[in-house]
Amino acid sequence: MTLARRRFDALIIGAGGAGLNAALQLANANLRVAVVSKVFPTRSHTVAAQGGVNAALANVFEDNWHWHMFDTVKGSDYLGDQDAIEFMCREAIPTVYELEHNGVPFSRLDNGKIYQRAFGGQSQNFGGAQAARTCAAADRTGHAILHTLYQQNIRARTHFFDEYFGVELIRDEDGAILGALTLEIETGEPLLIEAKTTLLATGGGGQVFRTTSNAHINTGDGMAMALRAGVPLMDMEFFQFHPTGIAGRGMLITEGVRGEGGYLINKDGERFMERYAPTAKDLASRDVVSRAIVTEVKEGRGCGPNADHVLLKVDHLGEDIIAKRLPGIRESSKIFAGVDPAVEPIPVFPTAHYMMGGIPTDRLGQVVIPAADGSEQIVPGLYAAGECACVSVHGANRLGGNSLLDILVFGRAAGQQIINNLKDNPEHRPMSEAAIDQAVARLTRWEQSGEGISVRELRDEFRKVMEDHAGVFRTDEIMAEGVEKVKALREKLKDVRLGDQSKVFNTARIEALELENLIDIGMAIVLSALERKESRGAHSRPDYTERDDVNWLKHSVYFKEGDRLDYKPVQTKPLTVETFPPKPRVY
Amino acid sequence: MKFFVYRYNPDVDTAPHMQEYDVEVTRGMMLRDALMEIKRQDEAFAFRHSCGEGVCGSDAVNVNGANLLGCTTPVSELKEPVNVRPLPGRPVIRDLVVDMSQFYQQYRAVKPYLIHKDALPEQEILQSPEDRDKLDGLYECIMCGCCSTACPSFWWNPDKFHGPQALLQAWRFLADSRDQATEERLDALEGPYKLFRCHTIMNCVESCPKSLNPTKAIGKIKELMLRHSI
Repeated sequence: MTLARRRFDALIIGAGGAGLNAALQLANANLRVAVVSKVFPTRSHTVAAQGGVNAALANVFEDNWHWHMFDTVKGSDYLGDQDAIEFMCREAIPTVYELEHNGVPFSRLDNGKIYQRAFGGQSQNFGGAQAARTCAAADRTGHAILHTLYQQNIRARTHFFDEYFGVELIRDEDGAILGALTLEIETGEPLLIEAKTTLLATGGGGQVFRTTSNAHINTGDGMAMALRAGVPLMDMEFFQFHPTGIAGRGMLITEGVRGEGGYLINKDGERFMERYAPTAKDLASRDVVSRAIVTEVKEGRGCGPNADHVLLKVDHLGEDIIAKRLPGIRESSKIFAGVDPAVEPIPVFPTAHYMMGGIPTDRLGQVVIPAADGSEQIVPGLYAAGECACVSVHGANRLGGNSLLDILVFGRAAGQQIINNLKDNPEHRPMSEAAIDQAVARLTRWEQSGEGISVRELRDEFRKVMEDHAGVFRTDEIMAEGVEKVKALREKLKDVRLGDQSKVFNTARIEALELENLIDIGMAIVLSALERKESRGAHSRPDYTERDDVNWLKHSVYFKEGDRLDYKPVQTKPLTVETFPPKPRVY
Repeated sequence: MKFFVYRYNPDVDTAPHMQEYDVEVTRGMMLRDALMEIKRQDEAFAFRHSCGEGVCGSDAVNVNGANLLGCTTPVSELKEPVNVRPLPGRPVIRDLVVDMSQFYQQYRAVKPYLIHKDALPEQEILQSPEDRDKLDGLYECIMCGCCSTACPSFWWNPDKFHGPQALLQAWRFLADSRDQATEERLDALEGPYKLFRCHTIMNCVESCPKSLNPTKAIGKIKELMLRHSI
C-alpha cells in the first residue's frame, strides 16, 4: 500500500487551547507546523469552558502567585508536583496578559483591567479570606480564548488539517516518535505525517462515562495512542465529577455561578454546604461539593419527584448580574432544564467532567516514562499538553479555573521547548515499513465485515459499566467487579464489526476507532482506582475513608502491556520556595 | 415522531433521497438526540455534532426550511413530519455533512484577529467596561454557518460576498477599542461584492441560534465607512 505522506517540523494532534497555543509559538518562530484535528478547530472542547482562567493578577483583591500555588497544592490533596505547580502559577500571569494582547475579549472592571471572579478553593494569604483570581469573559471564557487562538494562528499561517483523525503514533526501535498515521475523514484516505516532534493535545475522555459534561469528541484519543506506543498513563483514578451538571442531562453549570453568589439547597431549602464546609461553603473544592450533593441525595434530602438532585439558587443575584455575568448559563438552563435561573433554581447533580491524570510529562511538556526511584526517561520526539497530559499540577483534584490555565501554560511551554529541541535535532529520523504497517493495521482491522456486535451497542454498555463502577463513591467490591466487566468488554471488542464500509465521511468508522480508545483508558481508570486503597481528592472510598500519606503519597502509573501498575514519588520540592507539607484538608 | 432525512452517500448512491425514520420521543429530547437515535438505527447515517449544548457550532442543519442547531432545538417545537436537510447552498459531502470551505475562506478573508500596532504594555491593554460592552453580540459567534447559508446573496456569490458571519466578525474587530487597523479593514471591504452585496434581507438574523444580528453589524460597517470617507 502506498501511503500519501507529508513532512513537517512539528506535528500537533488536537486543536484545543493547548494545541493552538503551542502551534502559535511554533508558527511565530517560522517553523513548519501541522495541526491535525478531528473537528474544525473552533469545535474543540475548550470552547465549552465557562468560568475562566486563574492568574494572580490582583485586579480585585490583593493576590500573588504563591497564594495561588498554595491553593493548588491543597486542592490537589497534596498529590500535585510542587515544582510544576510553582511553574504554572508563576507563568499564569504573563500567559493571561499574552492572551489579552492576542485579543481575548475579557470582561472588564471599572478601571479597565481584566475582570476577575471568585472561584472554588481560592484563598488569600495561604488559606485566609476568599480570593478573586479567575479571569473571565462573561461565562464564555473558553469560547473567547479558543476563537482568539485560532484567529492568531490564521494570522501566523499555521497549517491546519481539519477533520483528520489521529490513528496511531509511529515510533522507531529506540522508542522515538516519528510522527503519526492520520485518516482524512472526508475521503477516508490515510495520510502519514512525518514530524521531527509530535505533540499530543487531544484533550480528555469524559465520554467513558454515560453522564458527562464532555463533548461527543472527548474520547481520550491521544492518551490511548500513547498507551499503545508503550507510554504509561499516570493518576488515572482521579476523575473529577463537577458538582453542578444539569440534573439528568450532564451539561455544565459553571462554578462561576457560585462564585457570583449562587448557592446549593436541598429539599428542605437548607443551604447544606454550611454543614460540609463551614468556611468556604459552596466554594469548597469540587470533590468536596460533589460528595456533599451525592450524600444529600443518598440520605433522602434530594429534590424533585425522584429526589435525585439538589437545587442551585441564583435568583437572589438579580436580573442585572445574571444578564451581565452569567448569560450563557441562563440560556443553557432555559433550554435544557426549562427554568430561568433569574426566577427559579436550577436542578443540578454531579457530572463526569475532567481527568486529572494522563500522559506523564515534565514541565516543558516532554513525555516521560517515570520509574519507581523517581527518575524519568524522556520519550524522544513526543510531547503532551492539556487535559491529555499529567504534569502533574492537579494531583487528586483540580481547582476550577486551573484547567484553562494548564492548557495555556503548558501548551505554550511545550511549543517553546519544541523550538529549542528542533535546533538540536534538525533532521527527520527514518521510518521503518514495519512501524508503518503496524499503524495501518489499526485501520484494516475495521475492514473485516460480517456478523458481529455493533459499535453503538458496546459503547453504550461500556459507558454504563464505567458509571456504575467508577463513580463518585468507590468500594473494593464495586470496583473489582468493574475491572472484570471492562476486561470482558475489551475481549468483546474483537467481535465488533463495522456494517458501513464506505469511505466518504464515515463517522461510524471514526466511532469504532474512538471506542477502542475509550476502552483502553477505561481500563487504566478502573485498575488504577481499584489499587489505590485510600481516599484522596476525587478518589473517594467508603472502605478506606482517610487519606494515607504514609503509603499512598505517590502517583499511579499504568502500562497497557500486561495491565501493569507502577508507582512514582510525588515531587514535593518546589522550584524556589518552601515545600507545602501535607495537612488535613478543611474548607 | 416521523422524520424525513436527506440521505446521500457518494460511495453507493447515484442521487440523493429523503429517508423516513420513526423516533420515539423522550422527555426533553433535542433534535440532536433524535439524529443520534436515527444513527443507532442506521449506522451509515452521517452528521456532524459534538458539544451538545450549542457552543461548538457543529450541528447546524436545515429543518422544515429553517437553519438551526440540532442540539438546542427541542423536537417538541418541530412540526411533523420533520424534514431534515443539509445547510442550503453548500456542496453536500455526505448526508447532512456539507463542505464549508468557502464559508471558512470568507472568514479568513476579513483578517479575523486583533491588530494592535503600538508597543504592548507589561500588563493588559486597558479597556473600559463601556468599550467592552460594544463586543457583546459579536464575539459570541460559534461559526455554525446558519446565517451565511441562509443568505441569498451568499448563495449567488459565495466566492465574492463575505457573507453575514464573516462580516459580523469584521465588525467585531472594527468595534474593538484595542484594534488599530480600522483604515486597512475598511479599505479591504471596498468594492461591489465583499460587503455591499448585503441587501438587508435579514435571513441571517432570523436564523442565528445565538440571537446575534449580522445585519446590524453590516449597517455599522457601512456607517463607519461613510464617516471615514467625508
